[in-house]
Amino acid sequence: MLLSIRSLTKTFPGTRALDGVDFDLAAGEVHALLGENGAGKSTLIKCLTGAYHRDGGTVALDGAEIAPRSTVEAQDLGIGTVYQEVNLLPNLTVAQNLMFGREPRRWGLIDSRAMRAEARDMLGHYGLQIDVDRDLGSYSVAIRQIIAIARAVALSGKVLILDEPTASLDAREVEMVFDVVRGLRQRGLGIVFVSHFLDQVFELTDRVTVLRNGRKIVTERTADLDRVRLIEHMLGRAMEHEVEELASEEGPVGRPDLLAFENFGRRGMIKPFDLTVGQGEVVGLAGLLGSGRTESAELMFGLHAASGTARDPQGALDLNSPRAAIAAGFGFAPEDRKTDGIVADLSIRENIILGLQARRGWARPVSRAEQNRLADDYIRRLDIRTSGREKAIGDLSGGNQQKVVLARWLAMNPRFLILDEPTRGIDVGAHAEILRLIHELTDAGMSVLVISSEIDELVAVADRVIVLRDRRHVAELSGSRVTGAEIMRAIAQSDAKGEGAAA
Amino acid sequence: MNTRALPLYATIVIFLLAYLLCWLQFPNILSTRVIGNLLTDNAYLGIVAVGMTLVILSGGIDLSVGSVIAFSGVFIAVVLRDTALHPLVVFALLLMLTTAFGAAMGFLIDRLAMPAFIVTLAGMFLARGAAYMLSIESVPIQHPFYETLQKAYWLMPGKGRLTLIGVLMLLTVLAGMVIAHKTRFGASVYALGGGEATARLMGVRRGRTTMLVYGFSGLMAGLSGIVFSIYTGSGYSLATVGTELTAIAAVVIGGTLLTGGAGYMFGTLVGVLTMGLIQTYIVFDGTLSSWWTKIVIGVLLLVFILLQKGLLKLSQTRLAAGG
Repeated sequence: MLLSIRSLTKTFPGTRALDGVDFDLAAGEVHALLGENGAGKSTLIKCLTGAYHRDGGTVALDGAEIAPRSTVEAQDLGIGTVYQEVNLLPNLTVAQNLMFGREPRRWGLIDSRAMRAEARDMLGHYGLQIDVDRDLGSYSVAIRQIIAIARAVALSGKVLILDEPTASLDAREVEMVFDVVRGLRQRGLGIVFVSHFLDQVFELTDRVTVLRNGRKIVTERTADLDRVRLIEHMLGRAMEHEVEELASEEGPVGRPDLLAFENFGRRGMIKPFDLTVGQGEVVGLAGLLGSGRTESAELMFGLHAASGTARDPQGALDLNSPRAAIAAGFGFAPEDRKTDGIVADLSIRENIILGLQARRGWARPVSRAEQNRLADDYIRRLDIRTSGREKAIGDLSGGNQQKVVLARWLAMNPRFLILDEPTRGIDVGAHAEILRLIHELTDAGMSVLVISSEIDELVAVADRVIVLRDRRHVAELSGSRVTGAEIMRAIAQSDAKGEGAAA
Repeated sequence: MNTRALPLYATIVIFLLAYLLCWLQFPNILSTRVIGNLLTDNAYLGIVAVGMTLVILSGGIDLSVGSVIAFSGVFIAVVLRDTALHPLVVFALLLMLTTAFGAAMGFLIDRLAMPAFIVTLAGMFLARGAAYMLSIESVPIQHPFYETLQKAYWLMPGKGRLTLIGVLMLLTVLAGMVIAHKTRFGASVYALGGGEATARLMGVRRGRTTMLVYGFSGLMAGLSGIVFSIYTGSGYSLATVGTELTAIAAVVIGGTLLTGGAGYMFGTLVGVLTMGLIQTYIVFDGTLSSWWTKIVIGVLLLVFILLQKGLLKLSQTRLAAGG
């Protein structure tokens, strides 16, 4: 084995990001590392590249144990990394980027001619003939990605880690990068490939390792795996049964339409889709990471300009900005609660009245008594566990933070609430409570759109589930068809048209 | 086409156009006398702008340089008045002092992760205060060696005087060009300005580079102080107030991106000369108020900032279009 990891463990305050993970990489193989958000992929990679220091376990390269403490040290040992965000400098020339830190010198000064020649030579190995004197920033992402690979290989030369290298490439560009990767495999490098595009995993890789919640679930030869099983491994099927029984029995019959989105989409984000939402209905969005779930929600909330129209029974809606969406009675609890959902230093009370105050404008402040009443009311109703309304929201647990975010929207009495991963990073108890809360809201007539990567959660809460794949809405399941197996099948269906990632 | 060098070309074209316009009105402006004076009068500014260029390329700013120039003048004048040290020894002492001062600011900026703006603002008050402490009044410098320095010039054809300090400025710019474009240190400076996190991933030693950058700026400020004291023949603690801002203006007009990571040392020279040219024109005209200098510089700055924004947009849209 080129690289061999045994019972690798890494803990952060409050979470165990990696829990006894084993991983092997042979020379001349492309090994996919898969898992949803929070599975531990990036932690594993960061332990390899020296960004994190592991708490336990061993990492051996060529049989010798290593413990890199910085990216540079990892490179010197032979481990190079290419990230999704290209880790080169757009303001330097291609040659400068390739040769940075190892520029050929004459009399102590950089020998530009030799540097250009060497850079051209390096890129020649990858079949890339470009002007190395131009700024890196003037080239497409695919070419930058190949340049990043060339630099990483030149610096390290044993193990190459590709962290979602194709996330922003179109199909032709992906092929270009893949050709380069195949060439490197032939040269005997060990390549770790992280991606959430399953088509690419099946096309390129020799073996697959799946992580979930910091644990290794399985390592298998790619050829022996089928999509459904792979997705089962990735998503898992662990959920509280208590919640499952809450699943509503009645079908979607007799619900008047509240909202209709027609031909809604945006180039490069999501293919235009049609979607209707009934009064008091819970619509779920299912799909793997990067399938366009969050993008759909952000378009509906006016975060980006969308093509198409939105209407309610009264007429067309203007959804050009979040402000307009809020005025139309929309609410949105985003996925990344810490940066997009809460203002960590403000108190629970302040976080709750934030939206209400913003809508009323600065000239009509919400009185302190009213604020206190609202805050206390929601702390009681949503059972927010806190020592008082003046506590900073950043000090609460994830579940309680999420309840405060919900309270903010409920205080504004929206008719359509979008919840993006409402239960991520929340313990099991609070999990069930949030799902119960969603049911209470819809019973009161509110419509809810839930995005979740936990299929059982969608089955439990949604009346109707839209399945997304490769930035398209590909299936709609309702009534008795909302089951884990059906959703899984819809996600796994191989794309007949053979399209790669959307540009 | 590489958009990187466009601001530099724009600067050069604007300078040549301005010169042409001045020449059409006052043909004398092309004489070697005027050119010699242009270099001499702006020598101290050009030298300090070389240091500022490197700082701005690294993504920082150095507000202390104006005060450091004033401090240098007073320091030299007072030490020459009160001791028997040779000016060359005093120069060496001063340059060590200002370099260490700059490096110390760089150290603080890196270690405390503080904005360069705040740290060098503190440095600005500190240096100005130190100058006041040495002497509140203007101190004349009377030393035979100084007279030699002031009278050192080469007579160009047409009776223009290419002075020692003018040549020193040109040599400084040349040295700045070599450092910025031909050394690994220079490459690190560009890398830091292009993106700090990325630069560190690529192996740039941030602490060392930051200290060197501000140390270099301090060295240039000290050198500029020496030149200024030769130019004026005195040391005055109230001199060169706001010179740091003039230097920043010269750097930006020279085509360097204020956010760092892009620009050319040569552009800064052209920027300094452009500003000097405006002043010369006003002197030639004789009826215009000297405030026009500031107004024209203000307009030029605005034009360049807009130009840079426009270029940035252009390259982004080209990228988005897959170009």
